[in-house]
Amino acid sequence: MSNNSFEIKVGLAEMLKGGVIMDVTNSDQAKIAEDAGACAVMALERIPSDIRKDGGISRMSDPEMILGIQKAVSIPVMAKCRIGHFAEAQILETLEVDFIDESEVLTPADEHNHVWKHNFKIPFVCGCRDLGEALRRIAEGAAMIRTKGEAGSGNIVEAVRHMRTVMTEIKRATRLDKEELIAEAKRIGAPVSLLQQVAKLGKLPVPNFAAGGIATPADASLMMQLGAETVFVGSGIFKSDDPAARAKAVVEATTHFENSEIVAKASTGLKNAMKGLDMSEIAKEDRLQERGW
Amino acid sequence: MVITIGVLELQGGFDLHHKMLKKIGINSFGVKVETDFKKIDGLIIPGGESTTLSLLLDTFKLRNAILEFAKSYPIMGTCAGLIMMSKSIDDERVKPLGLLDIIVKRNAYGRQVMSSQEKVIFALNKERNIELFSTFIRAPRIKDYGNDVIIIAKFKDYPVAVFSRNLLGLAFHPEIDGIDIFHRMMFDNYSEFYYKKLKENYAA
Repeated sequence: MSNNSFEIKVGLAEMLKGGVIMDVTNSDQAKIAEDAGACAVMALERIPSDIRKDGGISRMSDPEMILGIQKAVSIPVMAKCRIGHFAEAQILETLEVDFIDESEVLTPADEHNHVWKHNFKIPFVCGCRDLGEALRRIAEGAAMIRTKGEAGSGNIVEAVRHMRTVMTEIKRATRLDKEELIAEAKRIGAPVSLLQQVAKLGKLPVPNFAAGGIATPADASLMMQLGAETVFVGSGIFKSDDPAARAKAVVEATTHFENSEIVAKASTGLKNAMKGLDMSEIAKEDRLQERGW
Repeated sequence: MVITIGVLELQGGFDLHHKMLKKIGINSFGVKVETDFKKIDGLIIPGGESTTLSLLLDTFKLRNAILEFAKSYPIMGTCAGLIMMSKSIDDERVKPLGLLDIIVKRNAYGRQVMSSQEKVIFALNKERNIELFSTFIRAPRIKDYGNDVIIIAKFKDYPVAVFSRNLLGLAFHPEIDGIDIFHRMMFDNYSEFYYKKLKENYAA
């Protein structure tokens, strides 16, 4: 009957809660992710740390590679399109990916506008650094929000900054008067009606996940305790020395994020995590989080 | 007596079940470890990914706890929860609990683009049908079922809500649509739909 309502899109995001969504670049990695307990995979040609290293233009993945991953696993398969590149999104829709990530990890196609996501049957996830950005994306039709962090850095500091910012702004909204909410909407560049919803709910109107820099079970636990409802792990798994074990450990730590004994056990005996970058090693113009408007 | 219903919180759509229980005035509790089963009077296994749920049930050794619990308390499963309650499924990646005598197929309707809201007719008893609109997300299909399984709702010739003894399995998500009748049926002993009151109707 009805199969593209916003509720159905958000419904899938609800089902991904409490889980780990892993970046994978081929079917073998996708199977490792599924066997480790990932609740979804993100199919992309190069993981963010390699995109950062290789430079050049980063685009939507080859459909063949996405189709291969869809064949290999039974869990939802997500894929990325460039910011504003609705033709790439249309292709991903014909491939029937389960979620489209309009992602700052790829090179933006439009420096002013994002995709109008309401036009699509498939749900979208978009990144944000603050509440205003989150609500602009939801206004465009995003069914899930993820805080951006700094993809491919292996450094949790930006993910924390963005989650803290969103949560602080949500708390602030819940305390404002009706009059003040209008001024606040103007200040943060958010649609008034959505900010009013946030003020009433005390949370975003769609699930709020965390991404960008998660490399260890403790990182996952930290983000969940700060208010993330699921975590995305990109380079952190397949740039580590033992992806299968690390993937499983991050899954366990995400489920039991408040149980430090289980997180400690999950953290024990893992081989090296990805090396990671200090933010001072990434010039401001090279930061992926700056992309998105 | 105040009762508390557990919602399995390994991974998946547990939030909306907590919200639904709160709406109908029942305490809820997130179940993650074996000792949590001592604190609850009923259990919901939510939707999510059955591969993940199956793995985590083993990792955290919860299978036996659920099987024991099922002997005396009501359990409801939605979507992946239904898959986990089944006797067998078409996918070796998932090891079901074998609570309900049903055979299911995962993602039977296709990927997310095929997820939909559909009209489902819920047969409360012989005289009374209730029409509901509920959401199917990458939904499973109940391909076959045993003699002691009662079909309480069908969609396109396949059962989508099945009941047996103290167990209810749903292929769809009433919690997404704000439909409280199934939660009341399993956990609200004041409700006219409470399963212990309805048993004779179903058996007839």
